[in-house]
Amino acid sequence: MKKKLGLIVNPIAGMGGSVGLKGTDGEKILEKAKKLGAIPKAPNRAIEALKEISSIKDTIDLITYPHDMGENEVKACNFDPIVIGSIQEDYTTSTDTRNAARDMLRTKVDLILFVGGDGTARDIYEAIGDKLPVLGVPAGVKIHSGVFAINPKNAGILTVMYLQERASLIEAEVMDIDEEAFRHNRVSAKLFGYLKIPNFPQMVQDTKAGSIPSEAAAMIDIAWEVVDNMRDDHIYIIGPGSTTKSIMKQLRLKYTLLGVDIIYRKKLIENDVNENKILKLIDGKKAKIVVTVIGGQGYVFGRGNQQISAEVIKNVGKENIIVVATENKIVSLNGKPLLVDTGNDEIDDVLKGYIRVVTGFMRSIVYKVA
Amino acid sequence: MVNQQPRKYHAHVWDEPIILEMGRKGERGISIPKVEKEIEKAVKEYKSYVPSKMLRKKRPKLPEISQPHVLRHYLRLSQQTLGMSLNIDIGMGTCTMKYSPIINEELVGLPQFTETHPFQDERTVQGILEIIHKFARIMCEISGMAEFSFQPGGGAHGIFTNACMIRKYHEIKGELDDRNEIITTLFSHPADAACPATAGFKIISLHPDPETGLPDIEALKTAVSKNTAGLMITNPEDTGIFNPKIDEFVNIIHEAGGLCAYDQANSNALFGIARARDAGFDMCHFNIHKAFSSPHGSMGPACGAVGVSNELTEFLPVPIVTFQDSVYHLDYDRPNSIGKVREFFGNIETIVRAYSWVIGMGAEGLKKVSETSVINTNYLIKKMSNIPGVTMAYPKQNIRLDQVRFSLEKLKKDSGVGTEDIARRMIDFGIQEYFTSHHPWVVPEPFLPEPCETYSKKDIDYWVSIIKYVCDEAYANPEIARTAPHNQSTSKINQGVLNDPNNWAMTWRAHVRKNKRPTHK
Repeated sequence: MKKKLGLIVNPIAGMGGSVGLKGTDGEKILEKAKKLGAIPKAPNRAIEALKEISSIKDTIDLITYPHDMGENEVKACNFDPIVIGSIQEDYTTSTDTRNAARDMLRTKVDLILFVGGDGTARDIYEAIGDKLPVLGVPAGVKIHSGVFAINPKNAGILTVMYLQERASLIEAEVMDIDEEAFRHNRVSAKLFGYLKIPNFPQMVQDTKAGSIPSEAAAMIDIAWEVVDNMRDDHIYIIGPGSTTKSIMKQLRLKYTLLGVDIIYRKKLIENDVNENKILKLIDGKKAKIVVTVIGGQGYVFGRGNQQISAEVIKNVGKENIIVVATENKIVSLNGKPLLVDTGNDEIDDVLKGYIRVVTGFMRSIVYKVA
Repeated sequence: MVNQQPRKYHAHVWDEPIILEMGRKGERGISIPKVEKEIEKAVKEYKSYVPSKMLRKKRPKLPEISQPHVLRHYLRLSQQTLGMSLNIDIGMGTCTMKYSPIINEELVGLPQFTETHPFQDERTVQGILEIIHKFARIMCEISGMAEFSFQPGGGAHGIFTNACMIRKYHEIKGELDDRNEIITTLFSHPADAACPATAGFKIISLHPDPETGLPDIEALKTAVSKNTAGLMITNPEDTGIFNPKIDEFVNIIHEAGGLCAYDQANSNALFGIARARDAGFDMCHFNIHKAFSSPHGSMGPACGAVGVSNELTEFLPVPIVTFQDSVYHLDYDRPNSIGKVREFFGNIETIVRAYSWVIGMGAEGLKKVSETSVINTNYLIKKMSNIPGVTMAYPKQNIRLDQVRFSLEKLKKDSGVGTEDIARRMIDFGIQEYFTSHHPWVVPEPFLPEPCETYSKKDIDYWVSIIKYVCDEAYANPEIARTAPHNQSTSKINQGVLNDPNNWAMTWRAHVRKNKRPTHK
């Protein structure tokens, strides 16, 4: 059976960047961007990716949305697409992206290739969750999510590999920041969830190194290490993210993927707590914080886990922070340091230097925090 | 650079079946005559000589094939193999693929060696024991250590033996419960983490500094604690960069009460230049099958020689060859020894070859080996400097010793062609597929050539010209590399299929069971 590839282009993605507007979320900003002379970038990015896919053109069905949301780009590359849905020409909103994602799910495509930024990723995630694998062609101003290929060309190559069943799937974060805050030079990032993306691990079968364990296996490994060393006299503050929540899964406890959960003596105390609640729960008691590295930028504190505030960190103490991340995640930082942004310079300074990151069962890597 | 045109090449393609799929029932290689009646009478029933529990109930399902077909089969397979002596093996960094003098094969073929048995009394194998003992003295001189054992059957086995000795040392001191952590680095060989982990230690790896490529002293200080059992580290690491602060590392570990083990698998650039003991290390291991010219590949035979300082000799595996009253002895009476790590004395043919090689080289020759290896590496770096898409990792470090790590990250971003593609494309020119690098890939899209001393300037030039040719080609027509190899015995293999455990079968029997295949055609 022919594989089905869905293509969604967010034609306005990236328009705010060149004119210094840090994004295009919201109609007014888009108008402003257009007035400032912003030109659409996404269509060309889409075409760059499609060129890589044209080699398997005859072996797949390409399903896309009308006009600038895919049809025009696809036809420019001489594909013969199946066009579904309807939109208003020259005027698209996030609702169109969401509708397109839902239609793709109904059409049962094998992969959605989307062209956009964090906002586009978020729209797709909110519309269909992780029911379909996706891959992002980076075209937006904000690229904090891990669901994007490094450039359009590689997005195309990876798409071909996945459709030819030569690539597996891994989880990647959907992150977005509040653009309004960003325009005022405040970064307020949130973790929205996880999507499945194709991954071609850098996996030359090397007889000496053996095979690289999958990310999922690595997370279970990490969970074992943390659980094995849990102490009965400490409260554990488990931060957001799938790596930290593998600990909750190991203990068979209910958890909130994107929230902070509290456990004590391997029993659940409370799910999804805010800063005040954490402070109250650990007041006068010994506690440990378990956090992971969020997103490709390497943040340990201050992105997606703001509940674990400077005040909480101060009370718990640096020596009681357990940072967990798969080796793959640490290596993919390309040597860039881990980052902290608690909003309190004094606490940030305390956290800087080298720390141990738990990467597996009885395994850790010493890595720099800056 | 003068562009050399690649030579024409095409590998043999035989599409040869697996031997278990060949032949037919009743086919024989040799017809054995029936046992004569007189013999049968004298010997009686042959089965009575075999304990009943060892007797097969069914005939073994061996292939039944005539002799010419067997010969043809294996010759064909050998033709499909791109062996080390057929091509330029510079790409196999950290493996030190040097030429192994053929005369040494004659030595290991001598009946004095091949016709002995390891159970023979030590008085009847004095010659072999002499070689082991004398080679151990040479290794002590090369490393500065006090005693050696050649029992471990490979590099990782040597590292494991060292980890076991670290464990024994702390156990005897009564500190093993607290000292359960080994520190290593991400650019050390993965065995420096995996072997102590197998020995029961927790592993802490230091990530390299992104500027220097070296582990940072401050990172080491963060890792060290009262739980530190030791440091197991490679130097130069698998980047070819020598850590000039290695003695400081050793001091920090010693002050914390740990031991230091030097992984000297990358020692080809250090003969007569730097010694493990002089930097303060307590123990080390060498891959005799690499730097000491004994051939390797296809997993052996190898030898991970382990050497220790005077204070640690009591922990070495038994037996140790000693020399007293003009006689060589096998000393088993060593109560604190970690015991045996391999049957008998290890792969002694490796030692015979290496002993011959070292004696042939002499001290000056060994130093020249290292100097030539360093010159070759830095000549190769110079030649590589203008190839599009190729960058050297950690360019701020000027000098590399035995090997050098490059990255094809730029080529991948520009053309979509990555290091695996280039590695596969290289073999289309009769050049061994290069070694990308050990995992994790801290340097993206890596490859790791090691042009050790036995390659000529012409060899290096030709190898570089092929890299340049395939990188240029990747920019012009990326599809060629992506779908390579095209001139080889096999085509591109689908890694996804290979990596799926559902497709694995470790034996023919498992394969038949799993895939419900008939055992014979």
